Amino acid sequence: MIKVNHINKTFKVAKRKAGVLSSIKSLFFQKFTKVQALQDISFSIKEGEIVGYIGPNGAGKSTTIKIMSGILTPDSGTCKILDKTPWLERIEHVKNIGVVFGQRSQLWWDVPVVDSFELIKDIYRITDAHYEETLNLLTDSLNLHDILKTPVRQLSLGQRIRCEIAASLLHNPKILFLDEPTIGLDAVSKIAVRNFIKAINEKRKTTVILTTHDMSDIEALATRIILIGKGQLLYDGNLEHLKEKYITHKKIIVDHYEYQSKIDLPYTEVLKTTPDRTILSVNIKEIKVSSIIQQLSGLMEIHDITVEDPPVEEIIVDLYREYEI
Amino acid sequence: MKPYLSFFKMSLLRNLQYRIAALAGIATQFFFGFIFIMIFKGFYSYSSITPDISFKALVQTVWLQQSFLFFIMLWLRDNEIFHMITTGQIAYEMVRPTHMYFYWSAKLLGQRLAGGVLRFLPILFIACFLPEPYNLVLPDSFTTLILFLTTLVLGLILIITLTMIIYISVFYTLSPTGSFLLFRVLGEFLGGATIPIPLMPDTLKTITYLLPFRYSGDLPFRIYAGHIHHEEAVISIFVQIFWILLLGVSGNYWMKHALKKIVVQGG
Repeated sequence: MIKVNHINKTFKVAKRKAGVLSSIKSLFFQKFTKVQALQDISFSIKEGEIVGYIGPNGAGKSTTIKIMSGILTPDSGTCKILDKTPWLERIEHVKNIGVVFGQRSQLWWDVPVVDSFELIKDIYRITDAHYEETLNLLTDSLNLHDILKTPVRQLSLGQRIRCEIAASLLHNPKILFLDEPTIGLDAVSKIAVRNFIKAINEKRKTTVILTTHDMSDIEALATRIILIGKGQLLYDGNLEHLKEKYITHKKIIVDHYEYQSKIDLPYTEVLKTTPDRTILSVNIKEIKVSSIIQQLSGLMEIHDITVEDPPVEEIIVDLYREYEI
Repeated sequence: MKPYLSFFKMSLLRNLQYRIAALAGIATQFFFGFIFIMIFKGFYSYSSITPDISFKALVQTVWLQQSFLFFIMLWLRDNEIFHMITTGQIAYEMVRPTHMYFYWSAKLLGQRLAGGVLRFLPILFIACFLPEPYNLVLPDSFTTLILFLTTLVLGLILIITLTMIIYISVFYTLSPTGSFLLFRVLGEFLGGATIPIPLMPDTLKTITYLLPFRYSGDLPFRIYAGHIHHEEAVISIFVQIFWILLLGVSGNYWMKHALKKIVVQGG
């Protein structure tokens, strides 16, 4: 469905030192540096996948999204989305896609939300029946009933983002690009947005590509992740697989009756200890968690125990460190 | 066609919201109308030569110019479009299945029409009831009226193709100030909005006839005033169409080129 092959993109960036003198100097001699935003990026995505596209700030995530949505032209490489090259067949291509740029707005700010929707309906030539059906689905699942008639300028950020997502889906696109869709959302809206993305992916087989810095988004939605850093593709695969590979330690939180002695178990580090609670980190490559629990219960009287995976954030930090990005 | 009609409708509706601005505008237009007429009155009373255009006809053009200001002024700018270009908001415009050139044209047309509609009727109406010879009168024939309306509409389209060139130039300069200032000063002068074209020296007159600017305001207004004859008016319609095509095609081409090179950074 989406095939990206050997995409390269460089940006020319004007650079100068701070200060008046250097700004005057740059009037006559402007220095440019070339920034390699994307370097030989290739991947392909099948219909119905949800792909989390992650990487640190400035890695080239948005650049890739912009190339795939026909806004930017790459320096070299090919990209076929539903057999169309986005930047050459822009108008035909964009009929198939929906895009949300979390930090920009596509709604007309001084008219009610529903007016913007009607205009989008006309832009995409959506039939009345289709429009009604999609709009009802969207208002129900994104909880837009109360805000449809409010002018956009009077909406809160969370309300606006929900409307933005709805606006991008009115024409029932086959592919949805979400560039930081949950930026600045509260917990309720975040979960509403996530559930909704999941729902349309299941119901309509919409392919979703999302970039985010919020790893809980990725965990909740994506089965596959693509990691890029400094414009290069670093990892492409299953999130579970990534966890298996990178989770070396698990955290055990033990609540117990008063226990004062030192705990000394193999491949285990005591992170924190109080008379009635101990937090341990276990190297699971060397020893099984169950064996540690068994040994612990021999030592003390336990009344509660929790085993935690390290948060995905930490895995990502480890990954970034490993790839030096 | 439908998407562009909707863009136009949206732009029209949004701009019609600004009624207070229109009221203030009407007052300003009257002020300027009277100032111009007073200057010309002084000029006509004390000049030893007989100008090419009668005072009465000149008064007609002044009132028409003030009423249809929104149709003819180059300086009317849509800051949203500049904002789109300079902030990268244009990214959203580019993921729509529409031709950006026509989309923006429809938006500009809506803006001008809304501004014009809110202003022209009250000004025309009041100007009709001013004392002789400062009042607006009906054109001398029905044909004149038809020719006036045709050239006015074509002039509006011409102004839009002209201003589109300015907007596209912002893709390269990233600042509308320069492009606008240059266009405004030159365009207004050469369009006869500062000094009426009939009062210009012959060489200057020839230059203005060779450029597109006068075909938006000066032409329809002088047709109405009866200062341009019907034969000349018909020929001028073809000139208008020529300029619209030339500016439209080159603007479209330039825009395509600009969009290919566009860089939307950050986010």
